Amino acid sequence: MALTVNGAPVPVPTDPRVSLLDLLRERLDLTGTKKGCNQGACGACTVLLDGERVLSCLTLAVQADGRSVTTIEGLVEGAMHPLQQAFIEHDGFQCGYCTPGQICSAVAMVEEWRRGSPSNVTQDLADSAIELTHDELRERMSGNLCRCGAHNGIVDAIVATYVTEGAR
Amino acid sequence: MRGAATFAAEFAPENMAYAAVVFATIARGRVTALDIAAATGAPGVVLVLTHENAPRLKPMPLFMTAGKAGGGDDLPILQDAEVHYNGQPIALVLAETLEQAEHAASLIEATYEIDEAVTTLEAGKARGTRTGIAFGQPAHVEIGKPEDELATAAHRFEATYTTPRHNHNAIEPHAVTLYWQDGELYMHDAVQAVNHVAWSVGSVFGLGEDKVHVTSPYVGGGFGSKVLWSHQILAAVAAREAGRPVRLSLSREGVYRTVGGRAQTEQRVALGADAQGRLQALQHTGTVIMSAHNALPEPFILSAQSSYATKSMLLDIQVATLDMLANTFMRAPGEAVGSFGLESAMDELAERLGIDPIELRIRNEPEKDPMKGLPFSSRQVVWCWRTAAERFGWDKRQAPGLRREGEWLVGLGCAMAGYPYQRMPGGAAGITLTADGRAQVSVAAHEMGMGTSTVHTQVAADRLALPMDAIEFRYGDNALPGVVLAGGSQQTASVGSAIIVATRELVKELLQLAGNASPLAGLSADEVGTTHGGLASLADPQRYESYASILSRAGRFELSVVGQAPMPGEGMHWSMHSHGAIFVEARVNAVTGEVRVPRLTGAYDCGRILNPKTATSQLRGGIIMGLGAALMEETQVDPRNGRIMNASLSEYHLPVHLDVPDIEVIFSDIPDPVSPMGARGIGEIGITGVSAAVANAVYNATGKRVRDLPITLDKLL
Ligand code: FES
Ligand code: FES
Repeated sequence: MALTVNGAPVPVPTDPRVSLLDLLRERLDLTGTKKGCNQGACGACTVLLDGERVLSCLTLAVQADGRSVTTIEGLVEGAMHPLQQAFIEHDGFQCGYCTPGQICSAVAMVEEWRRGSPSNVTQDLADSAIELTHDELRERMSGNLCRCGAHNGIVDAIVATYVTEGAR
Repeated sequence: MRGAATFAAEFAPENMAYAAVVFATIARGRVTALDIAAATGAPGVVLVLTHENAPRLKPMPLFMTAGKAGGGDDLPILQDAEVHYNGQPIALVLAETLEQAEHAASLIEATYEIDEAVTTLEAGKARGTRTGIAFGQPAHVEIGKPEDELATAAHRFEATYTTPRHNHNAIEPHAVTLYWQDGELYMHDAVQAVNHVAWSVGSVFGLGEDKVHVTSPYVGGGFGSKVLWSHQILAAVAAREAGRPVRLSLSREGVYRTVGGRAQTEQRVALGADAQGRLQALQHTGTVIMSAHNALPEPFILSAQSSYATKSMLLDIQVATLDMLANTFMRAPGEAVGSFGLESAMDELAERLGIDPIELRIRNEPEKDPMKGLPFSSRQVVWCWRTAAERFGWDKRQAPGLRREGEWLVGLGCAMAGYPYQRMPGGAAGITLTADGRAQVSVAAHEMGMGTSTVHTQVAADRLALPMDAIEFRYGDNALPGVVLAGGSQQTASVGSAIIVATRELVKELLQLAGNASPLAGLSADEVGTTHGGLASLADPQRYESYASILSRAGRFELSVVGQAPMPGEGMHWSMHSHGAIFVEARVNAVTGEVRVPRLTGAYDCGRILNPKTATSQLRGGIIMGLGAALMEETQVDPRNGRIMNASLSEYHLPVHLDVPDIEVIFSDIPDPVSPMGARGIGEIGITGVSAAVANAVYNATGKRVRDLPITLDKLL
């Protein structure tokens, strides 16, 4: 039994209670993924599982068997990810603890939006080209809490990276 | 950003064991039996600690009872069977893995003898209150004849405002990784007071503070909560008993159970005004809840002390003592909730007088500090009002309940923001200049996201006339110079003034080293300035020598100095505050009562702004916390057993992305003539005034006045 973490094969731990989050943090020393609640409420632990955003605290490591995990460390390949750069430019973080989760979440959120997945605030569910409006973007990021209040900067960074450049 | 910063729970010493804590489930009484057999025998368990086998320890020194006391409470930790609050740690399990520790902790069974407990404000009041002691003084102020003035004033307004308990909810839970070596303790801790923690932990274990090494390089938010609480002591005991490194990372529930939050308040505001709206009486009195084991009666009267000119004043805080976890400092202690009462009441008075609420406040602008009688060092309150009002479009405001857009009732509201300037004694900074023209600046200060390292790198670069990338700022370690608390919005002033002094020391030493062969020969420290990575004569800038050249001619590889900040005397001669005016648009759904805030604009006078980008972020962060307090935040306690019911981030609601509009922040950027660097605090003022501005906007939208936070939809239906 094995999964792939940032491209490298990793054996599934023998203790079935181990969450994907604790596997990353406590056993693989990939501490970029944060634990804010361990209850699925804060989004700090967001990682990409086969490209989809998941809360790694609510995912057992065994569930990731045979699948591919990308963490914040894996998003950096040589140079910084453009979104990471934008977070710095737009002051999208203060303490930085929610930041890896915000970034992983945003990367997958943009993919969801690009393929036309609606959100809770989408008016027309049949619309094939949903606009990433003020509310659409914020709703889709609302699972990632930030207590320092860096929300404006986070949204600005996402907009600058994906929206104004007409990335769609 | 790359996920490379190492937080307290991410240091991984060899052979580390994991701790999990068991919390009491009663409010008052004692443990009569603790069945630990199953836990002790569970796989991987290294140690189970209870009051029956824990070593004898002194209680934590309670915050403010000594210079470096940093304990949130001073209750015994695993020293006896008594339970003082629901959530108190009663056992700790240490195991090889986190999963094993958490599982074994769940196997511990406690039996209690339950005493009657006081768990509500009402019950606490019924038992009798006492006058709070805030910062060493009884929280009672009486100026003039407040009762007579109120009775005879042309206009009178009086109301009661209530605010619930709040929790800080930093996204990083409290955590420590620590180990003992040769009788000394090494802690990687998530704290905003490294020296206080070192000294206080030392005193619990009977060790000198030099035997306790605390580093806290990155802190995932603190807001007043990241000081010394029981978990660090528990972890240190476990590590010593087991003889191996320990990590204790509190669960989110564990943070709610053992780390105190802001206390509930019940405030009465009574205002008496003459026909023109000038205050004759300002009374702000009320009751706060507190435990018997802590030092902070939530000082909600602070705003009233300096906001308005008034002929008479009555301020008083009564304390109702509850069987509860110690409450503590939370962002803008006092003002955050006190400004809700006072600034709501000013809005209500303005309406009764038929005066614009801004105008009423400007009419009551004080010439000098209304309580202390001291002159203000700088006070641009009127500028704040005018600037923010114009940017926000205050002139569009209509009478209550008139503006409706579809289902939504729209209203505008405003409130004054304020927070006192502080600088605590003990600031010090070390500077080490090296022959390659670089400098290392070291202070036992903290970075919790406030931009400390950026701002001070900038200050040091400026003072030393070196490029920013030639400065290395070291912080978050009690081995470094200074006793600096990240709290009270005072860290920047404290560190900044120390850097200024250290730079002066450095200049003196450099001149000595320079000697007679230098173009600077014969000049005194007052006659030179720093420029282009060196020193130059102020009168004749041609007489210049670089640091590198001075050091290398003297054959020195480096030069180190430590500067001690002067005692903070500025606050004795001046009344010093940051000020602001905050404006809010509220939309209230006429069908559901839901409140949305699509616009927030604030103008702030915080002295000189050292870094506009990080300062704006600080202000926004505070404002968003204020928005949370206004609309959703409340720590709910079960009155039957004193247990926090919503001890999770899914049930304690924080503002999320969709709740947060773009927030406009404007600074006066007028330097304070008295404070070091001309700057005053920016960390706390943001939260102040916001909940009143929201309540005032909701009133303007609906005609309904909510005097009880948070303003949830049930209160508007
Ligand atoms: S740690 Fe997973 S959602 Fe909070
Ligand atoms: S930056 Fe601190 S929680 Fe988001």
